[in-house]
Amino acid sequence: MNKVLIDLKNISKSFDGQMVLDDLNLYIRENEFLTLLGPSGCGKTTTLRILGGFETPDTGTVIFDGRDITQLPPNKRQLNTVFQRYALFTHMTIAENIAFGLKIKNKSKAYIDDKIKYALKLVNLEGYEKRMPDSLSGGQQQRIAIARAIVNEPKVLLLDEPLGALDLKLRQDMQYELIRLKNELGITFIYVTHDQEEALTMSDTIVVMNQGYIQQIGSPEKIYNEPENAFVADFIGDSNIISSTMIEDKLVEILGTRFPCVDTGFGTNKPVDAVIRPEDVILSSPANGRMKGVVTHLIFKGVHYEMEVTANGFEWLVHSTGMFPVGTEVGLDVDPYNIQIMHKPASEDEEAVGVNE
Amino acid sequence: MNKKPVSKKKLLGTPYFIWSVLFIIIPLCMVFYYGLTDKSGAFTLDNVLAIALPEHAKALWIALGLSLIATAICLLLAYPLAMILCSKKTGQQSFIVLIFILPMWMNFLLRTLAWQTLLEKTGVINNILGFFHLPPLSIINTPYAIVLGMVYNFLPFMVLPIYNALSKIDGNVINAAKDLGANSLQVFWKVTLPLSIPGIISGITMVFIPALTTFVISKLLGGSKILLIGNVIEEEFTQASNWHLGSGLSIVLMLFIIVNMVLTAVFDKDGEGSFL
Repeated sequence: MNKVLIDLKNISKSFDGQMVLDDLNLYIRENEFLTLLGPSGCGKTTTLRILGGFETPDTGTVIFDGRDITQLPPNKRQLNTVFQRYALFTHMTIAENIAFGLKIKNKSKAYIDDKIKYALKLVNLEGYEKRMPDSLSGGQQQRIAIARAIVNEPKVLLLDEPLGALDLKLRQDMQYELIRLKNELGITFIYVTHDQEEALTMSDTIVVMNQGYIQQIGSPEKIYNEPENAFVADFIGDSNIISSTMIEDKLVEILGTRFPCVDTGFGTNKPVDAVIRPEDVILSSPANGRMKGVVTHLIFKGVHYEMEVTANGFEWLVHSTGMFPVGTEVGLDVDPYNIQIMHKPASEDEEAVGVNE
Repeated sequence: MNKKPVSKKKLLGTPYFIWSVLFIIIPLCMVFYYGLTDKSGAFTLDNVLAIALPEHAKALWIALGLSLIATAICLLLAYPLAMILCSKKTGQQSFIVLIFILPMWMNFLLRTLAWQTLLEKTGVINNILGFFHLPPLSIINTPYAIVLGMVYNFLPFMVLPIYNALSKIDGNVINAAKDLGANSLQVFWKVTLPLSIPGIISGITMVFIPALTTFVISKLLGGSKILLIGNVIEEEFTQASNWHLGSGLSIVLMLFIIVNMVLTAVFDKDGEGSFL
């Protein structure tokens, strides 16, 4: 495991009496691709701005490489930011944009020219030195913004929804590009997004945030397969979240039907939430299913069909490569290891922390 | 069928066409006609070349000098003000802008007359100074008074385009400059100022042109001692009734304005000055 590079301790921040971050604790390791993921207003951008030095937390400290940098202005920090909507200097050429940070640091002309060449090569935009930012496409501008940041050899690159303004195809290409860049540069990336697919594709670690609180920290697989609460389950991908009863270890009653599962330690006859991913619902003939239902909606999505199936009074979301026309009676089943059991929020307070959307 | 909407559009444009012919094209043609003919109606350049006469040249230089000084002072006052304005919250911003626009709703002549009353030898300011046994100021009828009048009257025209340009700068662009290591001074010189140049150019035009051509401010605050080119032209039309000479000098003044407008068009591609 790499050593801890950044440590956020007890960070709180409010704007006009509105709490945005509440006692946030988070550490980031060297060479990690960490993604702050959450809906708008969850505090992810504020966290990034505190790291960049554009906001000062009301309480708490920011430790960078063993040093307290909470009060350090942005121009004194060893990290660089790639902003949402690029924020290029429109009155300068691409070369001048990339050279900006290096000129401030009084680097030699030869060094700067070398760096510009290197950076443009890295982002696949060789020969663009003399162009103006306005003459570039969105994707190209974003690459220049990245080039402008990395020539300064920061220890950490902060990226604030950098792909938000790009179209889907370009966004996917840029995701692979960013992973390649990170591996080539060998530095820490802290990435902010509300796009769960982006987060799952690129990150080593995902931090799911909501309403100023961290909901779950973990690897993409862990976050997707074992969401800790209903918010995470709902936010990362589609899921069926169903109020259920834990009969005993490894046995759960969902909508009146008992399903074997793999979770233990929830007690007996305890109310819980069961999370079942739509692709984990197995449809078959009514006789073979553990539960019977009727298909009410059918949409072709390309890779799979998306169906809604009403069974035992619940609208199940189902993804399946098999097609069942609307009105078909079907049987539903779920493999034991595909049922994820979660505690129900114990109090209203905990609910506000965890599950509000 | 397809042609109908087009002709309708043209019809809607007719009043504006008539307006511009009556009040812009025809007067302009008349100025050129009078400016380029003598009393007998024969073509001559004498009226235009009359700018070279010492008294006219002097009036032009004084007008150019004073309006340049006034423009410079406006710029120095307006830029920091526009920056302060941009740093305020939206509600406060519109309030401050209102304070600056409010005097513009009052008659221009009245505002300038008010300054005359304030600055007079026995005016309000000297009365107050006298009350405190301070020596009186004699600003009225000096170039200072004219510059003061110009700055006072035209300052909003400088503030608004600069404010407009500054408020268009994306906050993240400033943050990016800081992020790349620039301190506040470097951010200003390398990013803020260059990005606000279109606003500055618009502001300069909008102050310089009315200041160059004014005759009211110089008449009311400069007494009859200081003649600007505007006063000379006005006198040719009113007292001397020499429309030919007045028009000829107007053509010269127009040249200065056209040069200024061309410069503005080159720099102000985004139309920052088109706020009014």
